[in-house]
Amino acid sequence: MQEFNLELMIKELEVLMGDKLRIGSDQFFAVLNIESNMLTVLMTKLRDEYGFNHLANLSSVDYGEEFELVYHLYSIPDNKKLLVKTRVPRTSAELDSLITIWPTADWQEREVYDLMGIKFKAHPNLIRVLLPEDFEGHPLRKDFVMGGRS
Amino acid sequence: MLESDIYTVNVGPIHPSTHGGLHAEAIMDGEIIENVIVHLGYVHRSVEKIAEGKTYQQYVPYTARLDYLATNLPVLGYCQAVEKLLGIEVPERAQYIRVIMAELSRIASHQIAISATGIDLGATTGLMYGMRDRERIMNIFEMTGGQRLLSSYIRIGGVAADIPDGFIPAVMSLVQDIPGMMDEYNGLMTGNEIWAARMQGVGILTPETAIQYGVTGPNLRASGIAYDLRRAEPDGIYHRFEFDIPTRNGGDSLDRWQVRIDEIGESGRIIEQALEGMPNGEISTRVPKVLKPEPGKEVYHRIESAKGELGYYIVSDGSSKPYRLHVRAPSFINLMVLPVICRGGVFQDLITNIATLDPILGESDR
Amino acid sequence: MEPLFINLAEAFTGWMISLGLDPGWAEAVLLVVKWIIVVTIITVNIIILIWLERKVSAFFQERLGPNRLGPFGIFQTIADAIKLLTKEDIVPSAADKLIFKTAPMFFIVVAVMLYTVIPMGKGMQVINLNVGLLFFISVGSLSTIALLMAGWGSNNKWSLMGAVRSVAQMVSYAIPLAFSLLGVVMITGSLNLQDIVLAQDKWWFVILQPIAFITYFIAATAELNRGPFDMPEAEQELTGGAYTEYTGMRWALFFLAEYTNLVAVSALMATVFLGGWQGPWLPSWLWIIIKTYAIILVFFWVKWTFPRIRMDHLMSFSWKVLVPVSLGNILLTGAGIYFCRWMGWC
Repeated sequence: MQEFNLELMIKELEVLMGDKLRIGSDQFFAVLNIESNMLTVLMTKLRDEYGFNHLANLSSVDYGEEFELVYHLYSIPDNKKLLVKTRVPRTSAELDSLITIWPTADWQEREVYDLMGIKFKAHPNLIRVLLPEDFEGHPLRKDFVMGGRS
Repeated sequence: MLESDIYTVNVGPIHPSTHGGLHAEAIMDGEIIENVIVHLGYVHRSVEKIAEGKTYQQYVPYTARLDYLATNLPVLGYCQAVEKLLGIEVPERAQYIRVIMAELSRIASHQIAISATGIDLGATTGLMYGMRDRERIMNIFEMTGGQRLLSSYIRIGGVAADIPDGFIPAVMSLVQDIPGMMDEYNGLMTGNEIWAARMQGVGILTPETAIQYGVTGPNLRASGIAYDLRRAEPDGIYHRFEFDIPTRNGGDSLDRWQVRIDEIGESGRIIEQALEGMPNGEISTRVPKVLKPEPGKEVYHRIESAKGELGYYIVSDGSSKPYRLHVRAPSFINLMVLPVICRGGVFQDLITNIATLDPILGESDR
Repeated sequence: MEPLFINLAEAFTGWMISLGLDPGWAEAVLLVVKWIIVVTIITVNIIILIWLERKVSAFFQERLGPNRLGPFGIFQTIADAIKLLTKEDIVPSAADKLIFKTAPMFFIVVAVMLYTVIPMGKGMQVINLNVGLLFFISVGSLSTIALLMAGWGSNNKWSLMGAVRSVAQMVSYAIPLAFSLLGVVMITGSLNLQDIVLAQDKWWFVILQPIAFITYFIAATAELNRGPFDMPEAEQELTGGAYTEYTGMRWALFFLAEYTNLVAVSALMATVFLGGWQGPWLPSWLWIIIKTYAIILVFFWVKWTFPRIRMDHLMSFSWKVLVPVSLGNILLTGAGIYFCRWMGWC
């Protein structure tokens, strides 16, 4: 395998994905914004061809109309890093599961489903992981009404 | 041929060896484990939702309760993440104090892991050895933060107060005794025939599986991968210290246990260097009472906690409270591998595996 | 000092006869009195033993142990006993009540029965059975049934697993246990425990039968369900095993019976291998106490040092190591006896 070059990789991916992929960056990461239907294709490529073998963090943010899924990718042991983001609309919050690419996505996706209410297609066991099974609602959504002392 | 039925045994949530509220549903064929289904959430406190209603400073004590056995490490991770978000510089002296406190926490956590493995395997005396030595670290914590278990001594911008008199001699004498402690743990348990038979070849975690499942920390290093965030992505001033990354190659329970003992020694080395290099000066930057990061700015900061990669993902909307805060808890991710390493083993191996994976439920359930 | 207790017994019988009681009846009353004494000794002894184990384990673990109630905390066990007696007696609604309730009684009765044949001094024995050793082994193995009853009656998976394990363990270890004693029986030619003690006036059998002594010690640890072989209990794995569902005094009966067994087995070990009540200067009943306690301390030492062995290792250790070794010891003993006769030494 040749020397890893982040810019080269991004260029290659841009050619491959076309307008499905938007490149950005923030202070700490190179950011790939990918459309949710192309997510598994991109991720498979990132793992197999560019060696991002460690899905460190899988999380989600509620931005009102849309949910943003956040994937922090690293590689062990050479420690390159990348941030992949994708958005799904609130009305049909559903996207592909990454469990076949990284088994570690299993519980992390269940957690996102549990707390944010985003469904993952083809996840074999998409049930709540932290909250009780009969819990109603998804507490990390911004429109979740806090109960208890009110 | 005798036919046997598959039956389930619920280990936990109330069980002596589940380190809190872990519920492992063991599906067994006789004494052989077919599968383990892990149920979490018995200590779920919705810390991520709470964060959205607290200011950045108010949230510091909540992080201490994530990994309550290595209390300074999650606090350190959170404070560093917020500092990264705001671009706050931490004074030198505070950096050194932080390193000392973090490494002491790591030692304390590993001592619990080691001693809890002892009692889970029936070696009650093993428990007492670790607890006895951990007591000294707790006393040191009490000196600095006034709290033994959940000191929120590390703050955004530095530490809460300067170290008191008597701190350095206490830490010094502790560090000097660390090799002796390690000898004692090894002498009582590692060399024991029964101990080796219970741990060797039990719960083998191959390096490939470990990476696929996102296992980090001592559990990953026991599988032969020298990946330590203190070296790979040094936060603060870790790059200044000389230390080794202990690894083992088998990936079994004995290796996970021995890696932790070795890490205690390495932490001792770091503390020693930090004590020598500690400069005088400020212990905290002046941080405004109300912290308002730029809107839309986000950070993912990860540190090598005692259990593995502890990450904080914080999104700011420009207000004084985080818009979204996510904790990447190493225990949560590491536990995912429990069914994989338990399959095909006997029931007693389940207990060994839980003990040597060293999950902390406050962190995995959040 | 030596014939203190025997004289007391004779005086008591004489007193009863002088009251006009038929000598046969006097013997019977004496037997009952002996039994009461044995049970009292067992109870008091156990209170001391539990305290001792706590203190000894605290010493191993660099703790203080009980130190609040009375000097050195010696009243701690009494306080605990009171607590256990006054605790609510919970019987799980799904339990097989008859079996659940009788199991602890059965267990302790079996344990107390063991004391009948142990010679506690010169001529001091409740019953001098000529098959004393056989009685001890066979009655001792009955406690397996009590554990199985407890496990089955509790209607709990942990209990049943503990019970099944303990049955497997105790049946497997009863064999090397009996085999280890066989060498001694071959040398003395008697199963009577008093005879065995008398045969040791020159050489203790620990010198003549060192392998048997070690195999017996290991097998006895397993029979007693003590660490590192405490499978049936296994707090950290089976949450207490067969005893999981028991509370209050019923649980305490198991606890007491375990210590009763411990003393009985240690006393037998002292009797068979360490010369029993034989010893210079001190009275015989004191010697057996000293030897028994010495062995008990070794049991404590082992328990508080070793981790628990795994079940499959435990079984293979019995069948693949202990049984062949103890069988080999029998062969060796037999050859030794013939050699001895051939040389004309005995």
